[in-house]
Amino acid sequence: MVDRIPSGTRDFLPDEMRELRAMTDRVRTVFERAGYGEVYTPALEYEGTFDRADMNASRPAYRMFDEQGNVLVLRSDMTVPIARLVATRYRDAEPPFRFCYFAHAYRGVRPQRGQSREFLQAGVELIGAGSPEGTAEVLSVLCAALDAAGLETYRVGLGDASLYPTLLDGLQVDPARRDHILTELVDGDFVGLEREVKSLGVDPADADLLLRAPQTRGGPKVLEDLEGPLHTAVTGMRAVHALLAPNVAERIIFDLGLIRSLGYYTGAIFQVYDPAYGVPIGIGGRYDELLGRFGRPLPAVGFALNVERLHIALTSEEQGRGRLT
Amino acid sequence: MTPLRIAVPRGALFDETLDLLDRLGLDTREVRDNDRKLLFEDAGIITMRPSDVPTYVEAGAADLGITGKDVLMEQFERELYELVDLDYGHCTMVLATVAGEDPAAEALRRLGVVRIATKYPRIATRHFLETGRQAEIVEVKGSVELAPLTGLAEGIVDLTASGTTLRENGLVVREEIARSTARLIANPVAHKLKAPAIDALLERIDAV
Repeated sequence: MVDRIPSGTRDFLPDEMRELRAMTDRVRTVFERAGYGEVYTPALEYEGTFDRADMNASRPAYRMFDEQGNVLVLRSDMTVPIARLVATRYRDAEPPFRFCYFAHAYRGVRPQRGQSREFLQAGVELIGAGSPEGTAEVLSVLCAALDAAGLETYRVGLGDASLYPTLLDGLQVDPARRDHILTELVDGDFVGLEREVKSLGVDPADADLLLRAPQTRGGPKVLEDLEGPLHTAVTGMRAVHALLAPNVAERIIFDLGLIRSLGYYTGAIFQVYDPAYGVPIGIGGRYDELLGRFGRPLPAVGFALNVERLHIALTSEEQGRGRLT
Repeated sequence: MTPLRIAVPRGALFDETLDLLDRLGLDTREVRDNDRKLLFEDAGIITMRPSDVPTYVEAGAADLGITGKDVLMEQFERELYELVDLDYGHCTMVLATVAGEDPAAEALRRLGVVRIATKYPRIATRHFLETGRQAEIVEVKGSVELAPLTGLAEGIVDLTASGTTLRENGLVVREEIARSTARLIANPVAHKLKAPAIDALLERIDAV
C-alpha cells in the first residue's frame, strides 16, 4: 500500500528545495535592504479575523475547531494577518511600517501545475504610506525582487480597482446591473460584457467607453491616447508612473481592464506576468480601507509573489534562453 | 509567421474556423492538406478536439483559441478571456426525450428523480438544479441518443444543430437550455503581453 497525500499538496525534495531556497534568499536580501523587516504570523487564525476583511473569492477554505469550540481557519493570505498584527502589536507606534514575509497560505483550488492548496508566498506590506509615493515604492521593490530572483522578461500590469466601478457610478447604472457587469468582467467574458452593456440603454458613446476600457492595455502611450472620463480616471496611474525610475517604468503595462476579485483592494492593483508562463505569478495593490476594519485606519499597499510559480517562470525562461543559444 | 499561436478545433467547427483564419490573412493550406499533423509552426496553428482548446489556452500553450460556447459553459471555471462571439457554429443545448408522452416528466412525477444521459454533466446538473428538479446525471462519451432508447436514461441533454440526429432516433426537444456559437478565447497573460498582435487580429475580425 502507498500512503497518499491530499490532492493539490506535494512533497519538496532536496534539488528543488535548494533552488527555491537560493531564490527566496536573493529576494529576502532585496526586501531587507529596502527596509522591510521579516515577520511571521500563525498559520491558524480565528475565523472572525478573516470575516472582517471581506475577502470575496479568497475566503479561507479550511476550518477547524479548537478545544473550546472556537472556529479556526488556515490563513488564505498574509495581508489580513499583517493588518491584524499592525493594529494590535503596533497600535501606538508611528507609521509607516514596512514588513516582508515568506509564509504559506492555504486555498481550495483546482489541482494543476503551479496551483496548490498550500503555497508559499513572498511579499511585502507598506502600511501608512499613501498614493502615489507608497505605490511607487512598492512597485520598485517588486521589480528589484523579480530582478534578484533572476527573471529577465517579466512585466507588471498596473490597473486601478476603482476605475471601472467609478465609470459605472458616473453613468448611474443601477446596483443589480452593476454587479452583473462586474461579474462578467471578473470572469473575463467580454462577449457577456458587451451583451450587458448594450442592454443598459445608455448613450452609444458611453457604451463604447465601457466596452473599450477593459481592452485598453499597453505602454505609456495608451494613457496618452485617452480622452474624456477615461483620461480623468487614470490620473492616479499617471502619478505613480511619474515617480518610477526608468528601469521600473519600462516593466509596467497599463491595464485598464485589471480587476481583482479580492474584496479589499481599493486603488492601484498590479499583477506580475512572464511571457514564459501562462498564468500570473504575483498580485498586489492598495488596500486603504482594510486597516480601518481592524481599528487602525491607515492607507496601505503590498504585493505577494507565488514562489512556486516564480520558480516555474524562472526555469521556463532558462529553457527558452537555452533554445536560443 | 504570426507571433500568435492559435488553438483550432477539429470537428464540426473546423472548416468554418479555417475559412475565418484565411480571411484574417493566415495561411491554412498546410492545415487543410494534413489530416494527421497537429502542430503547424509556420502558420501558428495547433489543432485538437474542441474540448481540449480551453486547456491549452488556459495553460498558455496557445495564446488564442476557438471553441464552442457549449465547451466553455461545461468548463466554466477556466481562467480565460472570452473575446468575441464569432457567429458561426450555431447550435442549441437541449433536453430531449422519446416522442409521445414525456417519460422524463413521468419519472419526475412517479419516482421523484429523472435519469439524464449527457456528454455535458455540469451543464445538465446546473440546468436541473436551477429548475428545481432532481436528476441523476449519467455521463456517456459516445452517441448519447442511444441512452433513452435502451432504458439507460429517460432523457438526454445534448447539443443539436439541425435536430436531424434527434429525429432519426425518435427523440423530440422538450426544453432549450442554451444557445451556442463559436467563440474566440485568449490566455489572460498573452492578452496583456501580446496586446498589439491580438488587437490587430480583433480589428481584422471586426472588418470581415
